[in-house]
Amino acid sequence: MTIAEATTVIDGWEPVIGLEVHVELKTATKMFCGCRNEFGGAPNTHICPVCLGLPGSLPVLNRQAVEFAMRVGYALNLNIPERSVFHRKNYFYPDMPKDFQTSQYDEPITEDGWIDIEGVRIGIERAHLEEDTGKSTHVGTSGRIHGAEYSLIDYNRAGVPLLEIVSRPDIRSAAQARAYVAELRAVLFAIGVSDVKMEEGSMRVDANISVRPVGRERFGTRAEIKNMNSLRSLERAVDYEIRRQITELESGGTIVQETRHWNEDDGRTHSMRSKEGADDYRYFPEPDLVPVAPSLSWREEVAAQMPELPAQRRARLVERWGISADDADVLVAVAGLADYAESAVDAGADPVEVTKWVTGDLLGRANESGLSPAEWKVTPHYLTETLALVADGTLSRNLAKTVLDKVWESGDAPSVVVDREGMAQVSDSDELGGLVDALLAEHPDDVVRYREGDEKSQKKLLGFFMGQLMKQTRGQGNPGVLNQLLRDKLNGA
Amino acid sequence: MSAKITREDVAHVAALARLDVTDDELDRFTKQLDAILEHAASVEALDIDGVKPTYHPLPLVNVFRDDVVRPSIERDAVLSQAPEAEDGRFRVTRILDAE
Repeated sequence: MTIAEATTVIDGWEPVIGLEVHVELKTATKMFCGCRNEFGGAPNTHICPVCLGLPGSLPVLNRQAVEFAMRVGYALNLNIPERSVFHRKNYFYPDMPKDFQTSQYDEPITEDGWIDIEGVRIGIERAHLEEDTGKSTHVGTSGRIHGAEYSLIDYNRAGVPLLEIVSRPDIRSAAQARAYVAELRAVLFAIGVSDVKMEEGSMRVDANISVRPVGRERFGTRAEIKNMNSLRSLERAVDYEIRRQITELESGGTIVQETRHWNEDDGRTHSMRSKEGADDYRYFPEPDLVPVAPSLSWREEVAAQMPELPAQRRARLVERWGISADDADVLVAVAGLADYAESAVDAGADPVEVTKWVTGDLLGRANESGLSPAEWKVTPHYLTETLALVADGTLSRNLAKTVLDKVWESGDAPSVVVDREGMAQVSDSDELGGLVDALLAEHPDDVVRYREGDEKSQKKLLGFFMGQLMKQTRGQGNPGVLNQLLRDKLNGA
Repeated sequence: MSAKITREDVAHVAALARLDVTDDELDRFTKQLDAILEHAASVEALDIDGVKPTYHPLPLVNVFRDDVVRPSIERDAVLSQAPEAEDGRFRVTRILDAE
């Protein structure tokens, strides 16, 4: 099923979905001060009078954050207006010590773009700059904000630059929502503005969901769903919420405009609190910051430096490497994977082989360990070296797998592993021929049955003999040579 | 003169700003705010077609900082000024009322 077909209509109800995606920008410092922008630092070690909102401190905008926003603008076909301004969004909550969040309101840095997801165009209303909030830890028996006795606040994250990317309500199913976020993630990674790790919170998605009878123009009342921290939980949460709303409406109930919290464990969304109207935030222009007005030369410079985007890269890999569109999707969708594969190919490996190993074995191990390709002990160079050992007959495919397993654990070069473990493939006909003779001598009945058997039982017995030989050689016998020897001896002698 | 702002508006804004105001103060502030809004209304009466809004009194744009790390301040010094701290973090009272 294609993404275009993946619209969910259930009993005449059509879902309407818009997504707000927050990404932390990969700047060295925070948005308005020189404190380090780093995930996982010791609590409250990256704080200063500006990000603590101490009286008399003044924010100064990080040029790099603006440039990253411009890059996103070019990647998502957004307009970058001549001028944009910052606003204060007022609210009282201990995660923002200033009692307001510096954000953008009616003059964002970018607006009115789109992205194509497998032929479906999803509109993007805007992508605006704002600052992230501090991190709260709720102390109490529940471990959650409800029922907490008190909370502890770490302001390291307060003031980290965020870009909020707001889609138009163009998404029509959970699968489309997932595909949209996956593509955004690939784009943002490719242009180097964020490390887009949903698990670590550097990419966060809120979903606005409503349903309406098919054919009706007007939108239904929407609920906003939060707390989805993987693509899979996003898809599950959206699917659950669509069905919940339909069930509610069909049983004569109404949908309340509210924020709902996705619970991964019970697979449901739960009501949080009724959504405050936008007016309650009393937005007003931030008097401590002047407008941003990117010059023509700056725009041209940023546009000229735009790297290849995922859609272009997929097309190039399919064409130049002769790999399938599905394989190209995987390479480009996983952050850093295509870079890894290209390094191996640049070092001389066959692109089809590289793709097979990278999207298969290596990605499987990576998923278990949570390591990104740049962190793998099997470097692109080591993969290339291993594949060369397969190509020259030193290793069978199975041995190569074992070698890569050991390289994955130890970080030693493949040639070192092969030498140390004595893993090189044995291809010598005399040596292997001796083993075959001995094996056949041990199983005279099976040899007779082979010679008198039909094709099917011959195949079965051949498999049995091969299994025994691979066991005896600890997987190091060259399967091609062994197979030939077996057939010759069974048929000829 | 029709009122520009009601007593309920003032009570709402006060609640948003976490201000405790007495009934007397509500009456007084409503009157004062109404006078301010009345004054502003005289500006609204002007023909401002083609006049761009002024967000900032200074004719400045693009005031930036380079993306270079500068020293943060001492955590202990900051936390010593907080009403309460624990584990290197600010300790705050319960955020949501008990349900």
